[in-house]
Amino acid sequence: MSTFPISIPRPVHPTGIWGWFTTIDHKRIGILYGVTAFIMFLSGGIEATLMRLQLAGPELDIVSAAVYNQLFTMHGTTMIFLAIMPLSAAFFNFIIPLQIGARDVAFPRLNAFSYWTFLAGALMLKLSWIGGATDAGWFGYAPLTSVAQNPGTGIDFWIISLQILGIASLAASFNFIVTIINMRAPGMTMMRLPLFTWMSFITAILLVLAFPVITVALIELTFDRYFMFNFFNVANGGSVVLWQHLFWVFGHPEVYILILPAMGIVSEVLPVFSKKPLFGYKTVVLAGAIIAFMGWMVWSHHMFTVGLGAVANAVFTVTTMLIAVPTGIKVFNWIGTIWGGSIRFNTPMLYSLGFIAMFLLGGISGVMHAVSAHDAQQQDTYFVPAHIHYVLFGGAIMAILSGIFYWFPKYSGKMFNERQGKISFWLIMIGQNVTFFPMHFVGLDGMPRRIYTYADNMGWNFWNGVATAGVFILIIGFLLVMDNIGRHWKNGEPAPADPWDARTLEWSIPSPPPEYNFEEIPIVRSLDDWWETKQGGAYKEVPASGGLGDEGHEIHLPQPSYWPIVTAVGLFIAAYGVVFNDLLIPWALAAVGLTIGFIGVYSWSLEPVNDPEEDSTH
Amino acid sequence: MHSSNTKLIRFNKIPKTAFLLSLALLTLLLTACYPDHNQSTFDPRGPVAAKQLEVFWWIWWGGFIVFVLVEAALIYAIFKFRVKNESDIPVQTHGSHKLEIIWTAIPALLLIILMVPTIQTLFYMYEAPKTTKPEHTLEAIGHQWWFEFRYPDPTNSEKEIVTANEVYIPVGYPVAINLESVDVIHSFWVPKLAGKTDMVPSEGNFMWFEADEPGEYYGQCAEYCGTSHANMKFKVVAVPEPDFKSWLQAQSNPALESSDPLVQEGTGVFKSAGCTGCHSTKTVVNKGSKGRVGPNLAHVGSRRDLAAGMLKNSDENGSVNDALLQKNLRTWLENPAEVKPGNLMSSGAQVYTDPDKKLTEEQISQLVHYLSSLK
Repeated sequence: MSTFPISIPRPVHPTGIWGWFTTIDHKRIGILYGVTAFIMFLSGGIEATLMRLQLAGPELDIVSAAVYNQLFTMHGTTMIFLAIMPLSAAFFNFIIPLQIGARDVAFPRLNAFSYWTFLAGALMLKLSWIGGATDAGWFGYAPLTSVAQNPGTGIDFWIISLQILGIASLAASFNFIVTIINMRAPGMTMMRLPLFTWMSFITAILLVLAFPVITVALIELTFDRYFMFNFFNVANGGSVVLWQHLFWVFGHPEVYILILPAMGIVSEVLPVFSKKPLFGYKTVVLAGAIIAFMGWMVWSHHMFTVGLGAVANAVFTVTTMLIAVPTGIKVFNWIGTIWGGSIRFNTPMLYSLGFIAMFLLGGISGVMHAVSAHDAQQQDTYFVPAHIHYVLFGGAIMAILSGIFYWFPKYSGKMFNERQGKISFWLIMIGQNVTFFPMHFVGLDGMPRRIYTYADNMGWNFWNGVATAGVFILIIGFLLVMDNIGRHWKNGEPAPADPWDARTLEWSIPSPPPEYNFEEIPIVRSLDDWWETKQGGAYKEVPASGGLGDEGHEIHLPQPSYWPIVTAVGLFIAAYGVVFNDLLIPWALAAVGLTIGFIGVYSWSLEPVNDPEEDSTH
Repeated sequence: MHSSNTKLIRFNKIPKTAFLLSLALLTLLLTACYPDHNQSTFDPRGPVAAKQLEVFWWIWWGGFIVFVLVEAALIYAIFKFRVKNESDIPVQTHGSHKLEIIWTAIPALLLIILMVPTIQTLFYMYEAPKTTKPEHTLEAIGHQWWFEFRYPDPTNSEKEIVTANEVYIPVGYPVAINLESVDVIHSFWVPKLAGKTDMVPSEGNFMWFEADEPGEYYGQCAEYCGTSHANMKFKVVAVPEPDFKSWLQAQSNPALESSDPLVQEGTGVFKSAGCTGCHSTKTVVNKGSKGRVGPNLAHVGSRRDLAAGMLKNSDENGSVNDALLQKNLRTWLENPAEVKPGNLMSSGAQVYTDPDKKLTEEQISQLVHYLSSLK
């Protein structure tokens, strides 16, 4: 204790709400991520609903032009950075250590810091609605983000919260890379890793490489806005196309950051509910790695109409079309997985099958964009939102819903209601097609995206009305999902350790897992080791059930800590100071925030993983 | 057809699904194209848009076949391999190199085939035909939120003729367009003539198109460009070449003066209220000279629409209806922010920002008369 600069007693296994603030247990952090990200998903959904209401018919006046532009900007930013990415992170946190047979992640406090920093960035972005959110699009094309075009603080909130979210993502990614490389149980070779862990590993590497690009671009933008630099100011020799290159060099790998974990989830669910191993495990892993690699060579397909010339567009046409090959391989291997299986149609399986059906459509419309000659007609029309919603809603969100139901017994310790789960699946499946499919039609019918209204004589009325109607089906579907999850988390039937007769290690321990996960670190002998163990007859009742009530007594876990949340709070306060940089109080805020952050990091670095006195009390 | 139906019935539930699916696909087929709509990409009226649509059909049919086959395999597997006995354990196949090679090679081959027409069309789009005449080369300049157009002056190579929001082109000739922007990135798009090309500040861009037949073609800004991005439209009017020449001639002359006293008074208000600070009524300018902040109004009364495609002044055959025009001018002058939120006139012109200088009802009437006289 004496080494601490400030003598605050260390939290000792606190319970109740305080326990959540100081926890460094990867499972609790996973739940925090999941719940927060789901709330953010709902906020993005509300933004989308308002937009759809405004577009339900021609020349409506439900929201103003200015508000509409803020809505689509915030909807995009929210769904990408505050919903899908952290929902994936929720699964990384909860599942990866369990799948690799570890007791926690490599850096538990850094993990807590990732979450609190994510929360800080998310709150910051959402609070920017007070006083006017950014309206420059989630892609923030220069020069719409310049002070001349956009003097308000909305853009500054957007910049600084993306930077904070970047810190959170980078910290989490390093943590998971180190965890997956170093913390695997004996025998868990890389080619025995469960597919979800593999895809998460690839995602973390992509994040580490991609986020610095947007970080640099945002720093340049900050300098342009705060210090009159000219990176993107054409009047003084800057270039607005530079921003587009930087943004999409980040932005395209980002697309795979969103979809690879989803592919990982589906690759877990399909084998379990077909009672067959994943078809072509090695190929699916390799295809994931190839997608991640080729993801760096396709960014300019977002810029086919910028005027880069026929040669550049031809090159990016070729690379973009080729990236469809490994993606196709995955789809075929998934169908190969269920082929010849014994398929059980539980809720998670329905969502995974729905994923394949919808993602395929999104993939095909993606190849349509790659046909760059016709992309000149598609670009910036509703055809593009149609595509991205088939990939990110029909793809990522469907897979995440699959994961939410698949692992529900594991993280809640309870069973959900199957019937309700299936009804919600069909509502969401129908709702998304009613909402997003008509966007293909109006897109090819010449309706640009990001317009807050349209004239009556354009012929876009009917399908826009249909799309808006679909939103209400989706809303009912999600209300059912929330009711199912919320009610049964509290009052559901207790879940057995392995309700699905699954294949991976997380199902070999009780539901929910004890704090230390594995009483004995498992020894892994094959791919799908848990399934093989059960098949080989070596199956014993869940190992942790000694029945004496003192299991895990000898296991020393790292203790909770205040410092991750303190550091994140410091960052949050400092960031507010940066946004309002032209007044005296904000400078003071920045100073206070940085001081708190500094104290946090300093104390954290001197804090031993386990307090010796605490140890001796055992 | 009939026999295949009876065969299908042996799989329980499959016929119903297959029927629903094919119905859905049929709906898709029937509803995807609306050639009669103003901005439909399925109604090309020029060679560039036609070529682009041609490659679309390649990928559409390719995609459709892949979609049907893969979804059919998925649905077949779902019905065929549903659990029969909970305790059954199916054969634990781990994969098949042969199959995997097949389903890597076939898509790769399909995509390579698809690349050929795509890249051919790409090069076609990017180079105007050598026959393009210099007098058919015009400039389109994006402004928040309207389009400025400039034509080379046929009588003086040092001069240009300026107009706004309505661009005349000769039928049957390739027209080359140089694209620029004065503020943010816009995108120039006339779906029936050609796909879009962005108007990027300080980076000149280029596109070309040709109209096969006379007519009025809708265009709209496609790149998000700020508050009133939705309200930035224009029209391309394709006319036979002689008509094009006489139109251009008329554009280079000032509008005929009117003896109507209201018009005379309106001329005065136009100057005294500060309109001339941003709007010019002179169409012939030095080549490359910087344009005014607002659209050129020299022939505003002859244009089919007001405020960049927001208010329609013309009837079905394209001729301007004076009553409509005057009503639209009044709507615009009374509150431009209502028509086009965020526009510079409502936020910058003193008559709108300073309550003391607000235009009176009389002044508005005088301006309406003056502006509608500018034919």
